[in-house]
Amino acid sequence: MTTALSTPENRTAVPAHTGSRFSRVLGAVVALGLGLVAVLGLLISPADEVQGDAARIMYVHVPSAIVAYLAFGVTALGSALYLWRRSDFWDATAAASAEIGVVFTSLTLVTGMLWGKPTWGTYWEWDPRLTTTALLLILFLGYLAVRGIAAERKVRARRSAIAGLVAFVDVPLVHYSVDWWRSLHQKATITRLSPTISGIMLFTLMSGIFVFIGLYLWLLIHRFRVQYLEDELAEGGLAEAIAERRREAGVAV
Amino acid sequence: MWRDARLVAGKDLRVEWRSRVALNQIVPFAIVVLLLFAFALDPDRGFLRRAAPGLYWVAVLLSALVVIQRSFAAETVDGGRDGLRVIGLDPAAIFLGKALAASAVLLLLEVVLAAGVMLLYGADFGSAFILVVVTCLLATAGVVAPGMIYGALASGVRVRETLLPLLFLPAVAPVMIGATRSFEAAINHSPAEGWRWCGLLGVFAVAYTALGLAVFEPLLEDS
Repeated sequence: MTTALSTPENRTAVPAHTGSRFSRVLGAVVALGLGLVAVLGLLISPADEVQGDAARIMYVHVPSAIVAYLAFGVTALGSALYLWRRSDFWDATAAASAEIGVVFTSLTLVTGMLWGKPTWGTYWEWDPRLTTTALLLILFLGYLAVRGIAAERKVRARRSAIAGLVAFVDVPLVHYSVDWWRSLHQKATITRLSPTISGIMLFTLMSGIFVFIGLYLWLLIHRFRVQYLEDELAEGGLAEAIAERRREAGVAV
Repeated sequence: MWRDARLVAGKDLRVEWRSRVALNQIVPFAIVVLLLFAFALDPDRGFLRRAAPGLYWVAVLLSALVVIQRSFAAETVDGGRDGLRVIGLDPAAIFLGKALAASAVLLLLEVVLAAGVMLLYGADFGSAFILVVVTCLLATAGVVAPGMIYGALASGVRVRETLLPLLFLPAVAPVMIGATRSFEAAINHSPAEGWRWCGLLGVFAVAYTALGLAVFEPLLEDS
């Protein structure tokens, strides 16, 4: 996976699409699963005794949050392993995972706010988890900004890996400080929502979590491959242009 | 390593002393920030006094941003950064040296800002003096260590002016929270609570200093 495919001759070896049999099967399973969770969450599971239909947003909110944290964990892991092994594989993994993480973090925040309105009465509470998640989003937008700086592949990868690692170290510290700060005034808010859930609601929630993790993997595979192709193109494109100019000048390639 | 760190710190402080930028530009900037808060919040003294700890630390963070930018601007021009590498100094020592110099400048700013907050906002930190000093020392270490990492990361990049605040400010949120609560505890005569926050500030400072010592070598590989 990590061998350089940058000479013009073997660039045809790079596939022109990012699907594979595994990713297609996974995609189909995830699509079915999403439909199933929608049916379970909207029709089959009962409305919550206290919150009514508003509680159904939990089936999107909680899986998004879990995937968001998972994605950032993978980015941190990829960053650490890149610094250790210096392989493009881990750099591309960290990059792909961070982008997906930003999407799911945003989804977590939006669904959390929409859920907050009917239950807390406001879109935003300074709940420790919500606040930590908002800061996490900004930290990883910073990571993507570092990735966005045009630079040589190795330089970009090294910079990004350090940024990813530093941001990740911050997350528990942010969480701890925000938690402590808020707990001086009030108890963590999430715990007073739906203290126990059981039966079909629990099943729906667990299905949602599994399906969302599947969705994450599917997106990760494709985003990883796009990243890899982009990098190959950036490097191969240059090599090809040099070879062409040399041919024009009649120099042996 | 200590010798190298002292050399780098001495160099940075000498640059700072001779250019007088900290004194002539950053200190006035910090005072303007204090004035702006007063304009924003209606200089009803009671309100400013209650908000003083938070406003103080926001002013410190904004000033720190300028100090960090300064610290790396000195390395960006005339290939100073390559020079540092060529001399063969230990990257961890460069981190430590630059962090020490930036901390010294920032501590000076904190003293000025503290005087400003006491005079302009009527806040009184005097009752728990040791707590206030320890909070300042720990928070400064906690602000400067990630600042050096992100400063080095952003230096030499075309978008550094916009990139550094985006990376640095959310990362130091725990310092902002911890130092503010600790100051509040000092003002409210409940130092025990403040010491708990100092513990958090200490953990933050140690974690980021360790990280900085570890990652400065790959960071400086960038050309």
